[in-house]
Amino acid sequence: MSLDTKNLLLEETEKEDAFEAAGREEKAQETFYERGIWYNLLISLKENRLAVVCLVILCIVVAASLMAPLSPHDPDAMNLRNKLEAPGKEHFFGTDDLGRDYFTRALYGGRVSLAVGTFSMLISLVVGTLFGTVSGYIGGTVDNLMMRAVDIFMSVPSFLLIIIINSFLSPSMLTMVVIIGIFSWMGVARIVRAETMSLKEREFVLAAKNMGAGNFEIIFRHIIPNMVPSIIVAASISIARAILTESSLSFLGFGVKLPMSSWGSMLQNAQSHIMDVPTLALFPGAFILLTVLSFNVLGDVLRNALEPKMVK
Amino acid sequence: MCRREINEEPVLKVSHLKKYFPMGKKQVLKAVDDVSFEIYRGKTLGLVGESGCGKTTCGRTCTGLYSRTAGEVLFKGRDVHAMKGQERKEFTKNVQTIFQDPYASLDPRMKVGDIVAEGLRIHHMVSGKQEEREIVQELLNQVGLQAEHASRYIHEFSGGQRQRVGIARALAIKPEFLVCDEPISALDVSIQAQIVNLLQKMQEKMGLTYLFVAHDLSMVRHISDQVAVMYLGKIVELTSSEELYTHPAHPYTQALLSAIPIPDPDVEEKRERIVLQGDVPSPIAPPPGCRFCSRCRFADEKCRTEEPQMKKIGEGHYAACHRVV
Repeated sequence: MSLDTKNLLLEETEKEDAFEAAGREEKAQETFYERGIWYNLLISLKENRLAVVCLVILCIVVAASLMAPLSPHDPDAMNLRNKLEAPGKEHFFGTDDLGRDYFTRALYGGRVSLAVGTFSMLISLVVGTLFGTVSGYIGGTVDNLMMRAVDIFMSVPSFLLIIIINSFLSPSMLTMVVIIGIFSWMGVARIVRAETMSLKEREFVLAAKNMGAGNFEIIFRHIIPNMVPSIIVAASISIARAILTESSLSFLGFGVKLPMSSWGSMLQNAQSHIMDVPTLALFPGAFILLTVLSFNVLGDVLRNALEPKMVK
Repeated sequence: MCRREINEEPVLKVSHLKKYFPMGKKQVLKAVDDVSFEIYRGKTLGLVGESGCGKTTCGRTCTGLYSRTAGEVLFKGRDVHAMKGQERKEFTKNVQTIFQDPYASLDPRMKVGDIVAEGLRIHHMVSGKQEEREIVQELLNQVGLQAEHASRYIHEFSGGQRQRVGIARALAIKPEFLVCDEPISALDVSIQAQIVNLLQKMQEKMGLTYLFVAHDLSMVRHISDQVAVMYLGKIVELTSSEELYTHPAHPYTQALLSAIPIPDPDVEEKRERIVLQGDVPSPIAPPPGCRFCSRCRFADEKCRTEEPQMKKIGEGHYAACHRVV
């Protein structure tokens, strides 16, 4: 008994010492730890000028597209007398070959491109994550079969298939979103599967199993939250690729229906005037380039910011 | 030391447990090979041995994390590996593990409060957020952490604090039986003492039963009622901790004990070390006969051919060696 009380006393003093030391240490590090993801994100952004530029560009593009209806011009109103006007005060980006305000059309086109990009990214993310975690978590024969399915999906020339499907279905935003989403989840699934395979062997998953957690609890509480950084990177790449695919489809005339505009269809329109009015191609092209580039760069920054261990 | 009532049922009864891992096509790694022991309520069994001798595997097989190859693990009379559904869930509520590595065994994306409360949520042991928070705070206080630590992430803590979180997590659902899988080996010595004292305090308070896996013999002596010494997947000696440290019977136990430094310079000078030659043989192809014979000082022809069986050599003292009578 006396030995125990001695032990306890010893423990108490040691504990206090430890707490004091820990307290001192914490003060020095508090600035880094207490604020979580958003603070880390801010730090990462500060360290990376390019990322700030990209974020600003994205914000401008998204905000402008959302506020497109505020423009005084109707995107579909033709005015043949003012066609192919150069950029100026009345029409910021000039007018196209039917005399429509090019600035307004570019903003409305941005709505289409961004919406298609975002929603098909969501589809590919959800499908890819579920497919990948299930495949990686179950393992064995099931994993083998599921991954061969991914291989098959990947070796289908998806772009051609999308064109074929699109020519059967009436092209609309919804069909484009679904079709692009369906053909772009395989990359996500592969990344997620690999992550799952390594995460499911980690000791904290073993601890959760030991605690009586079911497979669903383990997948949704432990495995998926730990994959968030990789998923976000996959998402940013996926959204960039979806925007590119959408633009290519629209460029080839399989995109949204006329007179609705999208950056891709605007590029197609600009083709015939590329020699005399190059700005017609320049503006939508620049929009596509900047948006896709920004998503790619930001994906990288986000990965660093979302990984708590990576910030010192 | 071990006052046992004849009719008392052991909390955990392991009999002839084997766990083999397939290695490639034809080889098997015999991590645990025919191990038997019993642990009674409120007692602590220390399981010691070198790295790679199968201690951890044994612990994990006992809690049902690994499937068994042969043998039986009975928890309060019920076969652990045959449990399914509700019975299995009930079992996971009663048996918890404290893991060796407090860095790997805690989810880096969860806050301490969530980690501790996870078991409570899984077993629906709390009715609301408020109740959950109170329980978590009380647990954190019990293990020597502060209530406000609940809102922090695990990377903000030192090794000793993390292990405390691990202990709080294990204790949260009020288990009866705790497998401590080298809970102190990742910590430095002063913290080790704190954690061991904490474990003892909790045992007294909650009437816990421990299977304490470790390779530090002096720590094991401090906490255990009974000690089992493992070598290459087999238990070579099993007895009360007093008996083991005063009258070690197996040459391997003797060698291990001779390696403990004595904190008294005069005695320490006279300490005779038995230095084991060579390495532990591979558990994929253990030597025939006694597994220890390749490193044993006393090995003779019989040891190399015939495998010694566990036999009783005294009151509650078992050893597997031909030499010991």
